[in-house]
Amino acid sequence: MAVNVYFEDVKPGDTIPKWSRKTDFMNWNRYAAVNDEFVYIHMDDAAGRAALNEQGAFGMGNLRYAYIVNALRDWIGDEAEIREIGCQFRAINQKDDVLTVVGKVKEKKVEEGEHRVYLDVNVVNDRGDETCPGHAIVALPSRG
Amino acid sequence: MTTESTAGTLVTKEMEEAKGVWGPERVSPPVSESDIRKWAIAVYWPEKPPRLYWDAEYAKTTRWGGIIAPSDFNPFAWPVEREVRAERATPQGGGVGTRGMNGGQVETFGQPMRPGDVITARSRLRDWNERQTRLGLTLFSFTEIEWRNQRAELVKRRVSTGIRY
Repeated sequence: MAVNVYFEDVKPGDTIPKWSRKTDFMNWNRYAAVNDEFVYIHMDDAAGRAALNEQGAFGMGNLRYAYIVNALRDWIGDEAEIREIGCQFRAINQKDDVLTVVGKVKEKKVEEGEHRVYLDVNVVNDRGDETCPGHAIVALPSRG
Repeated sequence: MTTESTAGTLVTKEMEEAKGVWGPERVSPPVSESDIRKWAIAVYWPEKPPRLYWDAEYAKTTRWGGIIAPSDFNPFAWPVEREVRAERATPQGGGVGTRGMNGGQVETFGQPMRPGDVITARSRLRDWNERQTRLGLTLFSFTEIEWRNQRAELVKRRVSTGIRY
């Protein structure tokens, strides 16, 4: 049983490990394949430009959301649970962007029998744009 | 087919009628280990995903007692029967209310999805608000989607924000 982090070891202000991916068609096409998400603006530069994105095709919001899930799972480990994630899609994921999921602990409390940690999360690109501000709640194991 | 919104609002008669009313249920095909493995590989690409998502022997040793799906896994992908719909997110007519974007979502998770699960979904237009923004008259609509597994346990509740302007 691998526990990455216990409730008792977390405090407000802590940051979670950064989680990054450089994104292009290799990521987007794989995501399109599993999510059956074939939309021209994500597949074709001409369609992206026609949709007023000068750089062409751009990435899916859902994939950025998946990156938040991954960052949380990699931080909390296999013995914990993700209870809630919310985010707003604020900026476009351009080809070759390096997207980094960041997270900061806001508070923690015992609630409904669970040891819950509340976080602010975001997906930041390599230009420093906050593309996906949001929040998350995870339930961590406790040393009891 | 929708009726045009009345002057000064993007809210349609159909929206008023649909508000709060659950639509028909959809039932997913059974979730397979292979679906989960492929999903995990795609969202972790190019790195290897956690063993919890693909290594049954390892997953047995965790609190879950077996493979679970990533929280964002979509068991409704690849339906055989599908609606034929207009191409999404391409340049549209340009009239007020014809342009749209995905504003984001909040998902609350219950039971994880596992191989063999059959998920039933239902959705409803929960609410909306309309205001002037830098885009002009803008409608924010909130759609609630609920997924339950074959034991009627809540898997997730999503409230997504659609933006029309």
